[in-house]
Amino acid sequence: MESTGHGLQRLITAREAGLIACTRCGQVHAGGAVRCKRCHGPVESRDTKSLQKVWAWLIAGIIAFIPANIYPMLITNTLVEHSESTIIGGAVQLVEHHNYGIAAIVFVASIMIPIGKFFAIAYLAISVHRRQILKMHQRHKLYDVVEFIGRWSMIDVFVVAILSALVQLGGVATINPGVAALSFALSVVFTMLSALAFDPRLIWDADRTD
Amino acid sequence: MIDTTTLPPLDDLIACPHCDTIHLEQDLPEGTKAYCSRCGVLLLTSEPQAIVRLVSLASAAVVLMMAAISFPFLDLDVSGQHNATSVISAIMVFSSGKGIPLAIAVALFIVVLPLARLLALIYAIGPLVRGSKPHRSARVAFALTEQLRPWAMAEIFMVGVTVALVKVAGLATVTVGPAFWAFVALVVITIFNDQIMNRYSIWKALDTGFNA
Repeated sequence: MESTGHGLQRLITAREAGLIACTRCGQVHAGGAVRCKRCHGPVESRDTKSLQKVWAWLIAGIIAFIPANIYPMLITNTLVEHSESTIIGGAVQLVEHHNYGIAAIVFVASIMIPIGKFFAIAYLAISVHRRQILKMHQRHKLYDVVEFIGRWSMIDVFVVAILSALVQLGGVATINPGVAALSFALSVVFTMLSALAFDPRLIWDADRTD
Repeated sequence: MIDTTTLPPLDDLIACPHCDTIHLEQDLPEGTKAYCSRCGVLLLTSEPQAIVRLVSLASAAVVLMMAAISFPFLDLDVSGQHNATSVISAIMVFSSGKGIPLAIAVALFIVVLPLARLLALIYAIGPLVRGSKPHRSARVAFALTEQLRPWAMAEIFMVGVTVALVKVAGLATVTVGPAFWAFVALVVITIFNDQIMNRYSIWKALDTGFNA
């Protein structure tokens, strides 16, 4: 999009121009607006409580992640044995059965993505206040990736849901969800809310104070 | 200091939702896209017929969703013992005892929210296809469609199904039912729909009220 001419000689933000932009629909308003005239959503020059919400949801997500890894995800009963497997245990079992591809999916979705996300969100939230080694563009890319990838952690929850619905064969074999299934689902939801609460405009604001 | 008196009319501007940079909105040639010149976020697309396609694909997806939740999804067979599961029965299994919260979450993520998104989208932009004015609450409906986007997880569910099939393969014979294929088609349509949907273009179309 061209931004030159008609009084826009260089890239300026709505905030610098004393305007307020709606992040839902892109409509620009005069300063002092509180509600978007196009989509009727609330507008703010910057979401001032953004970081507070980010930290609150992030901490909740990390707390829920602990029982998710300690307690069993799946409880399997067959005629001969009773077994309980945790998230990591489930991935290890798949490796033992030589399903390396599927084991990799489970490991990436349930361990690497959640932990990576905790660090990425914390880094983004901290970096708003300081001069950073990573450039704006790289941090913006990181934000995009975090927003996109977070929901994929839900895979394991759905696996548990399908297995326990499918394997209900009376005495022969039953699979039931463990405590970890719910705490893991909560952890994913909390971190998604944390990422959604982050106002990406904060990344770019630091650019101006240099 | 910026001289705000030289700014063009506010309605001609579009602000990047990610970095707040303001751009002057221009008519795009058909089939082209406009990105933010600072952070690279996609701002506008000019896809002819995008709204017609969105509405028809969303309607097809609603029908598929009905099929996907009512027909048998997977059928498990262990030494003569059968257990055919539809998506609804998969949800019902948890609805006793401590599984209730998980049942509600799964039902929301794979059925309720995707369906709500589709219906809200059809309601919001459906009238534009006929060239008539959008409904009064079209904006609320479209805002809802956008807000629900991260929470509708049908495609993630399908990856989960694949993992589950592999896990159970050693234990029993599993056959996939018609609902499985309905769900696959639904996921493909949803992904395609999200590709051609550009929210700022649709907000603009809702504003001007004609078939963009």
